[in-house]
Amino acid sequence: MDEIIKLTGLTKKYGEFTAVDHLDLSINKGEVFGLLGPNGAGKSTTILMLLGLTEPTEGSVSVCGIDPISRPVDVKKRVGYLPEDVGFYDRYTGLENLMFTAQLNDMSKAEAYDKATKLLERVGLAEQADKKTGVYSRGMRQRLGLADVLIKDPEVIILDEPILGIDPYGVREFLDLIIKLSKEEGLTVLFSSHHLYQVQQVCDRVGLFVSGKLLAEGNINSLSQQLFGNNAYTVELGISGTTSNNKGTPEDIIKNIDGVISVNSEKGKYLIECSRDVTPEISKEIINSGLNITSLNKKEYGLDDIYYHYFEGGTKNE
Amino acid sequence: MIFIITILREERKMSNTAKDIQLPTGNPVTRLLDKLFGKSTATLSTKVTRPFWVLVEKEISDQVRSWRFIILLAIIALTTMGSLYTALTNIGDALKSVTDPEKAYVFLKLFTYSDGTLPSFIVFVSFLGPLLGIGLGFDAVNSEQNNGTLSRLLAQPIHRDYIINAKFISSLIVISFLFFALGFLFLGIGMIAIGLIPTPEEFVRIVMFLFMNIIYVGFWLNLSIFLSVRFKQPATSALTGISVWIFFSIFYSMIVNLIMKAIASPALLINPAYQIYLERIKLALMRFAPNILFSEATSTLMIPSVRSLGPLTMEQLSGAIPGPLPLGQSLLLVWPHITALIAASAVCFVLAYVPFMRREVRSR
Repeated sequence: MDEIIKLTGLTKKYGEFTAVDHLDLSINKGEVFGLLGPNGAGKSTTILMLLGLTEPTEGSVSVCGIDPISRPVDVKKRVGYLPEDVGFYDRYTGLENLMFTAQLNDMSKAEAYDKATKLLERVGLAEQADKKTGVYSRGMRQRLGLADVLIKDPEVIILDEPILGIDPYGVREFLDLIIKLSKEEGLTVLFSSHHLYQVQQVCDRVGLFVSGKLLAEGNINSLSQQLFGNNAYTVELGISGTTSNNKGTPEDIIKNIDGVISVNSEKGKYLIECSRDVTPEISKEIINSGLNITSLNKKEYGLDDIYYHYFEGGTKNE
Repeated sequence: MIFIITILREERKMSNTAKDIQLPTGNPVTRLLDKLFGKSTATLSTKVTRPFWVLVEKEISDQVRSWRFIILLAIIALTTMGSLYTALTNIGDALKSVTDPEKAYVFLKLFTYSDGTLPSFIVFVSFLGPLLGIGLGFDAVNSEQNNGTLSRLLAQPIHRDYIINAKFISSLIVISFLFFALGFLFLGIGMIAIGLIPTPEEFVRIVMFLFMNIIYVGFWLNLSIFLSVRFKQPATSALTGISVWIFFSIFYSMIVNLIMKAIASPALLINPAYQIYLERIKLALMRFAPNILFSEATSTLMIPSVRSLGPLTMEQLSGAIPGPLPLGQSLLLVWPHITALIAASAVCFVLAYVPFMRREVRSR
């Protein structure tokens, strides 16, 4: 495995308060990693340490094989960072803002112009290129921010809360854009968020972060397996009619299926917890018993459930 | 010049029509004209500028295009013209006086002479200089922070001190251009109006005086950059800077006088040695104020007959022929002042630099 970011025993203390607590994490090249956690969990602090913008109290960081504490400039050449709520020089146009960043990355004016116009087109801001950034909307600013990050041809891009404050449609568009660009360029993407649902859609792997600690990491499936063990699936079933050929109540029929753990009836619907996906068997059995299915719905555990589960755990521990 | 440009434009029109009728487009003249007037990328330089100078370039263009700079420039230009006008209309009277040892220094007189209706150039500068320095620096760092551009800048592959150094250097460049332009304009208009040319000594004195201005405004600039690092709100840092300025220019001398009154013992006042002693303490206290340092230094440079900045006894003066000091001696007299002002600037810069380098910059 090609580890592009590696954190070992990373700790950051502000006086008595520990913002990041002995964090071990590695991210592979080409991966889209979501850093997930509530506000104040230490996500931004971790990101700042990755860029050498703040020094860790303990532990070590390596980004692209470089230590950002001793050689921050070399790291910043390879890593694009989009801060939370990014700002631009309002007096300048989008194009000029990008060109300025490009020139800070050792490009000539002509090169900067070419690159900036191309990127503006790719992020869908070609028509707004000559407007002052002061009139840009939030979503446009984020897209310009993405272009700003990409202009230095980074190996890694780090986005801090990139979808905060964008409308749902914009979020989707923006995330699709990130993923598309990262796949095209073979970039490693690390982003932090507390929006679970959207992150779930795009990340290869997520890390759950609560009060400075990484509680779990992995892809969504492995996380839910870790957390919910055997009760990984819940099926919701609605039926009508009565059973024929004396097979017993619907509960009995369902309970006889292999893998079903428990059945609860609630407002005329059945909630079935099972260790594997038994939806096809359930439907077969129900039809065979002469009942009609009005609804059959497989509930997968999403990040929301994982998140809340950990929060419960977190508060219980305290 | 305009004529040439018009011709070139005409030619360009022609070369454009030439393009329309399918002539080879790559001819050198067209390319040159495209370079001169075209909006194509060919006008952009392919030379890589070092990131530090990219920052300086941006800062200078920000300063020069900002409203506050234009307003400050207008105020300073107007007062300069006002003082030049009064000096020119009265220069004849000033030169008629026979006893004046500075008769030979016509151009220095232009900068220092006032008939009482309008202050002279050096007085105006010592008053408006701080305002210029504060105006150029008070929001240097905190506005970047508040706009969320600082963390974006810091994510670029540049050293952190580039940012604060570029802010300082660019404002200093703007100030230097401003003062040299104003000073030489003043000189030039004076030359046309009087019909004389300045002697080399006068010229050197004026250049030294302009340097002195830059150092003085540089001090206030550093102070305001320090305040912009210290305070999050630009308004707070601007107001603090202006209060420091008003404190030194109005209240400081009052406070020194109060202190002197308090420490002087009336019984000893009869003794001249004690009086000199008191006077020395007072001067020492006064010289903590940058504006006092500046006005002492500029008057020594621009009024050559000033031969000492401390108290002189009648004994020392008796037999002295009133005459101007040579340039070297004047410079010797103000050397401590220049050093002190540069040192004060350096202290302010360090006070701004160290916390800025250590600070953890989060977005907004």
